[in-house]
Amino acid sequence: MSSSTDAALRRQGPGGLGVPDRLSPQRGGLLQRRRSRLLGLLLLLVLVVGAATLSIAVGSRSIGLGAVWQALTAPGVPTEETVIIRELRVPRTALGLMVGLSLGIAGALAQGHTRNPLGDPGLLGVTAGASLGVVLAIHLLGVGTPGGYVWFAFAGALLGTVLVFSLGSAGRGGATPVTLALAGAALSALFYALVRAVLVSDTDSLDAFRFWVVGALAGRGADVAWQVVPFIAAGLVLALVNAPALDLLGLGEDVARGLGQRVWLARLVGLAAVTLLCGAATAACGPIAFVGLVVPHVVRAFTGPAHRWLIPCSGLLGAALLLVADVIGRVVVRPGELQVGIVLALIGAPFFIALIRRRRLATT
Amino acid sequence: MTLDAATPTLPRTGTVRLAAESVSLAYDDRVVVRDLDLQLTDGSFTAIVGPNGCGKSTLLRALGRLLRPVSGQVLLDGRAIARTPTREVARVLGLLPQTPVAPEGLTVGDLVARGRHPHQSWLRQWSRDDEAAVAEALTWTDMADLANRPVDELSGGQRQRAWISMALAQGTDLLLLDEPTTYLDLSHQIDVLELVARLHAERGRTVVVVLHDLNLAARYAQRLVAMDDGALVTSGTPEEVLTERLLADVFDLEARIVPDPVTGTPMVVPVRRLR
Repeated sequence: MSSSTDAALRRQGPGGLGVPDRLSPQRGGLLQRRRSRLLGLLLLLVLVVGAATLSIAVGSRSIGLGAVWQALTAPGVPTEETVIIRELRVPRTALGLMVGLSLGIAGALAQGHTRNPLGDPGLLGVTAGASLGVVLAIHLLGVGTPGGYVWFAFAGALLGTVLVFSLGSAGRGGATPVTLALAGAALSALFYALVRAVLVSDTDSLDAFRFWVVGALAGRGADVAWQVVPFIAAGLVLALVNAPALDLLGLGEDVARGLGQRVWLARLVGLAAVTLLCGAATAACGPIAFVGLVVPHVVRAFTGPAHRWLIPCSGLLGAALLLVADVIGRVVVRPGELQVGIVLALIGAPFFIALIRRRRLATT
Repeated sequence: MTLDAATPTLPRTGTVRLAAESVSLAYDDRVVVRDLDLQLTDGSFTAIVGPNGCGKSTLLRALGRLLRPVSGQVLLDGRAIARTPTREVARVLGLLPQTPVAPEGLTVGDLVARGRHPHQSWLRQWSRDDEAAVAEALTWTDMADLANRPVDELSGGQRQRAWISMALAQGTDLLLLDEPTTYLDLSHQIDVLELVARLHAERGRTVVVVLHDLNLAARYAQRLVAMDDGALVTSGTPEEVLTERLLADVFDLEARIVPDPVTGTPMVVPVRRLR
């Protein structure tokens, strides 16, 4: 197994080395699926690179491509333009990449664990917990910068998932898709009620909170990006480790157990990954909906239900989608900006409806 | 070849592979099975029969380590199954729940490949053994031509074959099946049971199957276990178990027992429901 792609290919079933020739029709079909997966992966990589390029090159202030290139490559004396590129657009693009990647992967994990096509990290209490954390930080401690919110949002997200997981696994059968979704819905409702209670009584908090809650990449410096890097990296590793277990859980918990999978362990790893990824993304940028919901559905159309493909591809598409939405937000209301959370909802909602109408929605 | 490479091919008849020792099973506070003893010997083909709600599926879940007894224990090869690591159990004992559902778009080949999970680890990923086991399981169950078809697009009978193929690729000595013929028409019921019977006869698998159809149970199983109201009523050969008296007691059914014109096994001809 020379490379990980190679190994992944071999793991996907019959049709690789050592298969008798009588199975050749089947091998042909598998090759076709492999080709579509590889092609999809390649396309996604191109998309991400393209989106990142756009995100660095396009902004409310027009800077020529030559100047952009120079700012990135030639050290030289800092001009106003090179400062914009280096200290605003590059960190913003890096943050967008990480957050989009996290949200896409967290969505794929959430849908896999809840076996619910409408599964979304928000369904597991992460977003509501983060919102509560930020509101309390503003209201009680007077924290006022995105860099300051991060830790509180993260703590809230952690609290949310821990509560959802312990409530969801309290019953007889342990954490099942249904109990997790129910516990998540109930706790989210409770957390949002608390958030509103604070906001109603405190207009200063409301002012600060409303900029966080729309979800934006703007105004977050390189410090915020660096703060979330370790969490996203850890979440990414856990997500990839969780992929084979998710494939088994997709066959139902009884079958998964019968095949030797410790179900509680798989749930724990998965939820930890969702908390790290979605918690870090939400902490950095505020709640951003639709990426986690839509992206896995689109990706599943060419990867099929195998999570070792679905998870990385969802990450790539999430990153590309978030960056493109952010670029659109910078362009449409020049010289002002539309927050990425709003842009995503505006393009995401019709897209999702179209997806449902074309019945391309594959359930997990 | 590879499927059974790790295990002796000749059944050691008489050895108890799986046993329930005064097992009581409950969901929350509702006791479903009370103080039940059962021994399953190597190479046997056992069918558990009984009326709806008698606890036969619950017993099967406990035998497969899916449900922990509230008292008593299940022994797999003489060892408490509750204290055996899940993966170790999964190399010896395979199980299929009633009407399992595959994720949309999952192909037959991928489903069968997932049966190899207990034999893999982070250090030992997909191997030639796995490859060969999957190819052989597909061929043996006559599913090789359908390997690239999504499981959810298959007919009920083909779908059940795909799941059995997965269980075969798992390569376990013991196989527990919970009503594998549910929702199938008669000819597909026969098809599935013939396949299970071949697994027993040609592959030396020890098979335990929960079945509703008494005539099919009598025809395919060597031993019947009749349950009623969470207790084992009787067990033995189909001739010993399927009596007019038992049908009246356990199933509230007045019936005649006649020899099956094809196999000579007892055949139930219902007359009317009692009470």
